[in-house]
Amino acid sequence: MYSGYSRRMSTRHVLLGLLAAGPTHGYDLKQQHDARFPQARPLAYGQVYTTLQRLVRDGLAAVEGTDSDGGPERTLYRSTDEGSGELARWAEEITAPAPFVTNEIFAKVVVSILVAAAGTRTAPEGRKPDAAAHLRAQRAAHMERMRELTALKTAPGADLSTVLSADYALAHLDADVRWMTTTSARIDTLTAEVNAI
Amino acid sequence: MSTRDEQPLPGAGALISARGLRKSYGRTEALRGASLDLHEGEILAVTGASGSGKSTLLHCLSGIVRPDEGTVTYGGEELGGLPEGRLSELRRRDFGVVFQFGQLIPELTALDNVALPLLLAGTRRGEANERAGEWLERFGVRGQADLRPGGMSGGQSQRVALARALVTGPRAVFADEPTGALDTLAGEQVMTALVHTARESATAVLLITHDAQVAAYADREVGLRDGAVHSGSAQAAGQEAVRREG
Ligand SMILES: Nc1ncnc2c1ncn2[C@@H]1O[C@H](COP(=O)(O)OP(=O)(O)O)[C@@H](O)[C@H]1O
Ligand SMILES: [Mg+2]
Repeated sequence: MYSGYSRRMSTRHVLLGLLAAGPTHGYDLKQQHDARFPQARPLAYGQVYTTLQRLVRDGLAAVEGTDSDGGPERTLYRSTDEGSGELARWAEEITAPAPFVTNEIFAKVVVSILVAAAGTRTAPEGRKPDAAAHLRAQRAAHMERMRELTALKTAPGADLSTVLSADYALAHLDADVRWMTTTSARIDTLTAEVNAI
Repeated sequence: MSTRDEQPLPGAGALISARGLRKSYGRTEALRGASLDLHEGEILAVTGASGSGKSTLLHCLSGIVRPDEGTVTYGGEELGGLPEGRLSELRRRDFGVVFQFGQLIPELTALDNVALPLLLAGTRRGEANERAGEWLERFGVRGQADLRPGGMSGGQSQRVALARALVTGPRAVFADEPTGALDTLAGEQVMTALVHTARESATAVLLITHDAQVAAYADREVGLRDGAVHSGSAQAAGQEAVRREG
C-alpha cells in the first residue's frame, strides 16, 4: 500500500518528540505514534524497543524506572537534555527539497516508454509495457486511494492527526497525478523523440 | 473500459444518459461522440484538460445546449425531443447548476438569491425566504444572508450559489469547476458542504474539475479527451454488461 510518505521518517526523532511530553512506556509510544501518524506504517514493537535502547546508549534517553501496574513489569523512558537538544536540532533542520525521481511510478513509466520505442523499431513478439495504459491504471489506483483519504478526513469527528496526515498524503498523491496527467499528454511526443534517437 | 468507438446503450437505471454526443462551434469539435451515465444520487467527477469538452458536455446534459448529434435521456424522456418551454421548466425544477463564479445576481442579497428559484417556481415569499434561510444555514452562510455577493468571500459566494442550486430539491446538480477560483481550504469547505448535502438528499452531482483532490470527493471519475470519454467507465460499476455487440 502507498503510505503517502516518500521519504523515511526518523523513528528516533519521532520517539524523542513523543518522550518530550514526559516519561512513557514503549507500548504507549507505539500507540501514540500510530495515532499521530495514521497514514504511516504502524511501528513494530521490536522497532520501538531497539530504537529506545539505541537512544539510551547514545545518551539521548534514559530509563526512568519500572512499574508493573499489576501486570508485567514495564520500563519507563524519558528524554535527556541531550535528547531535547538533538530533537530541536533535527526539527529546525531544513529538509532538502529533493524530487522523488527514484520513485517506482516514475521508473516504470520511463522504462515503458523506452521499451515501447524499442518495440516499434525491432517489433519483437510478446507483451510490451504500454506506458499510456499503465498511466491510466496507475491514475485510477491513485484516485481510489485519494477517495479513501478524502472520506477519512471529511468523516464527522475526524481528529487533527487524521486530517493533517490525510492532507499530506493527498497533496503528494495529487502531485503524482499531475505528473501522470502531463506525462500522458506528452507521451506521444516522448515516444517519437526516443524513436528518433 | 469504454472507448470512443463503443456505443453503449442507454444505461439501465441511469438518471441521465448521454450517448454519442457531438457538438461543434464553427470548425471546433467540442464533443466527438461522448457517452456518459449519471445515476440517481451518485457523485460523478468529469476531469480532462482545458478544452477537452467538459463544459460543453455539462451544457448538453443539463439541457442548456442542444447537441448536433447524439441523445440525452432524462427519466425516460429525450431532451432533444422536448419543446423549449418544457426544457426550461425541467432545468428550473429538476436541475441545479453551479459555475466557477459570477452566477449570483449582484443586486440581490444572499437570501434573495437563494429564494429566487423558489419564487420563480411559484412559492410564496414568506415560505421562500424561510427555506432559503434553512439552506444558507446548511451551507454555513446564514450569517451572510443580508450581504450582497460583492461583500462576500469567494468561498462564501460559492456556498450561497450551491444553496441556490439545491433549494428547489433538484434531482441533479451540475457543477462546473465550483472550486476553481478558491484556495484549498475554501474549496474544501465548499466540497464538503456539497457532498454532504447531496448525499443527504440523494441528489446526483456531475462535478467538473481538473483538480484530482476535488475529484476525490466523487464516487467515480470519468476522463474526457478531445471531446470523448477517454478513461474511467461511461457507466457506473456493474453496468458494464449493458453493451451493444460489435
Ligand atoms: N460557445 C463557444 N463558442 C466557440 N467555441 C467554443 C464554445 N464553447 C466551447 N468552445 C470550444 O470547444 C472546445 C471545448 O470547450 P469546453 O467544453 O469549454 O472545454 P473545457 O470545459 O473542457 O475546457 C474548446 O476548444 C472551446 O474553445
Ligand atoms: Mg470548462
